[in-house]
Amino acid sequence: MSGLKVIQSGVHSLVQDAGRYGFHNIGLTTGGPLDHSSFRWANRLCENEDSAACLEILVGGLVLESQIDTQIAVTGAEIPLKINDRAVSGWRSHRVLAGDRIKLGYATAGCRAYLSVAGGIKAPLVFGSAATVVREGLGGLYQNGKPLSSGDILPCIPCNTDKNLSLPQHQRPTLDAAITQIRVVLGFQHASFTQSQTQLFFSSEYSLSENSNRMGYRLSGVAVKPSLKGMLSEGICLGAIQFPADGQPIILLCDRQTIGGYPKIGSVFSLDIAKLAQLMPGRKLRFEAISIEQAHSALKLHEQQFLSTPLDIDAQSQV
Amino acid sequence: MTPDYPRIEIAGENSSIVYFSDRPCSTTSSIISHTLNNLKTALADPLIDLVPSYTSLLVIYNPLLTDQQQIHKAIRHAAADWQPDTEIQTGRRIQLPVYYSVESGPDLQSLAQNAGLSMDEVIALHQQTEYLVYAIGFAPGFAYLGEVDSRIAAPRLATPRHKVPRGAVAIADRQTAVYPAQSPGGWNLIGLCPTVMFDPTQQPTMPVRVGDRVCFSGIDREQFLQLGGSATALADKVR
Repeated sequence: MSGLKVIQSGVHSLVQDAGRYGFHNIGLTTGGPLDHSSFRWANRLCENEDSAACLEILVGGLVLESQIDTQIAVTGAEIPLKINDRAVSGWRSHRVLAGDRIKLGYATAGCRAYLSVAGGIKAPLVFGSAATVVREGLGGLYQNGKPLSSGDILPCIPCNTDKNLSLPQHQRPTLDAAITQIRVVLGFQHASFTQSQTQLFFSSEYSLSENSNRMGYRLSGVAVKPSLKGMLSEGICLGAIQFPADGQPIILLCDRQTIGGYPKIGSVFSLDIAKLAQLMPGRKLRFEAISIEQAHSALKLHEQQFLSTPLDIDAQSQV
Repeated sequence: MTPDYPRIEIAGENSSIVYFSDRPCSTTSSIISHTLNNLKTALADPLIDLVPSYTSLLVIYNPLLTDQQQIHKAIRHAAADWQPDTEIQTGRRIQLPVYYSVESGPDLQSLAQNAGLSMDEVIALHQQTEYLVYAIGFAPGFAYLGEVDSRIAAPRLATPRHKVPRGAVAIADRQTAVYPAQSPGGWNLIGLCPTVMFDPTQQPTMPVRVGDRVCFSGIDREQFLQLGGSATALADKVR
C-alpha cells in the first residue's frame, strides 16, 4: 500500500493511535499519544475518527514524501512546517499532492508534534491497537515497537478534498510557561503521607529530569517521603505519582508499567498530562490538589468545548 | 473478608483501587478474580480496564460515562456474593530454571550479607518454596510470585536501575519474579532464567498465568546458555 514515504525519520517519531486497552491482565501498557489533546485536534482537522493513527514526533526533523493526494495537519509543539519548501502553518489541514515533500524543522516551543493524515495511518493492529510501545516491542508499522526509520512507508488511502480546516488561535495550548501548573487528584496511599510531607510536595517547585520518557517523568526537587515501609505491588493508573525511597517523584505516563510497588500520593489530572507531554528536561513545574468532582467537571467541560468548537474553514489551498 | 474490607480508595480521576485484605493468600486471590469477573459484566461500557494484584484490584473507568459513586457501588456489589466454595481451583505447576551466581545476580552478595546468610543459603531458600502467581503486570509477561521465605525478603533499591536484563530473577520484599524483557527496575537481582516469559507471536503468550504455582531450580552457566539464555545478559553486567 502506498502512502507517505519516510525520507528522514527525525529524532524519535512513533505511530500512535488512541492506545491499547483491555490487556492489563497480561501486563500490556496502553501506549497512545502523550499529548492526547493535540492528537485529537490533529485528527479532527483531517476529519478523522478521534482514535485514528497519527505520528507522534519528538522534537522534529521528520521529512516525508507523499505518494498520494491527501491532506495532513500538524498540531502540538510549535514546529516549522514546510510543504515543498513553502512554510505553512500548524493547527490547520493542508492539501498534499503525490510527489510533495513535507518537512518538519525542530520545535521552538513544546517538544511533541502530531501529524495526522486524512483517513489515518493504516498500520497493522497488535492486541487491538497500532500504538507503538518501544519498551514492549509492540505496535507501530511492523508490530515490533520500532520507531520510524527512513524508507518506511506510512500506508494511507488517497483523499480528494479542498476543505482546509484550522483551529482558532485562542483554542491552541499555551506552551513553554515559566512554571507549569499541574493538577492532581489525591489517591492511593495519600493517607500515608503526613500532612507536612503533603504540604511540602504541593508547595515545592520541581524540575523535569533528563531521565524522562513516555514511561515516566522523573522529577528533581525536594524529597518527599511517605511513612510507609514496603507495600505490595498494585495496579497503576495514568498519571500516578510515585515516590521511590529517594523521595524524588516519578509521574507514570502512557508507556508506564501496569503494576508497581512504590507509594503514590495520587494522580495527575488527565488533561494536564498533555501539558507534561510538551515539557523539555529542565522545565519547572508545581502541583495543585483538586477534588475528583472538580476533575470530572473540568473533564466534561473540556469535552463539550472540544465537540462544539467550530473549526475555521477556508477554501483556498495551502496558505 | 474482615469488616474492614473491601476498602475502596480513589486512585485518580478515572480509577479506583479496591483492597481486599492486608495480606496475600489464595483466598484473597479468589475473591479478586470473582470481583473482576462480576465487574466485567456489571460495568460493560464505562469500564476501560482492570488490574488485579496481590490484595487489590484497580478499576479504570471512563468518567464521561459514569462517576466514582456508581463505580464504588458496583464494586461493593460485585464483591458481595463471593462464597468460600467458589474457591479453589489449583493452578498448574511450572518449573523455571535459574542460573544463580554473582555474575548473573549482581545483588546476590549484598542480599546475603544483609540477611546474615551465605549466598548458597539464599539460593537454597529461593528454591525451597512453591510460589503462587498472584498477578501479571508491570511489563508484558511479568509474573508476581509470592511469597519468598522471610529470611531472604529484601527492600527495593533506593534508586531503581535504568536497565535490568531480560531473564533477571529478582526479589522485592516477599515477592519474586523473572523480568520478561530488558527494562528499568528496582528489585534485587539474584540470577538469570533462560525461559522466554512473554512472546506475542505464540499462543499462549506466556508460560504461566495467574493462579499457577511456580518452582525454581538451579542450573549452571553452561546449562543456562544451552537452554537459550542470553550471553549478552551475562556480558552486559548490570551494576
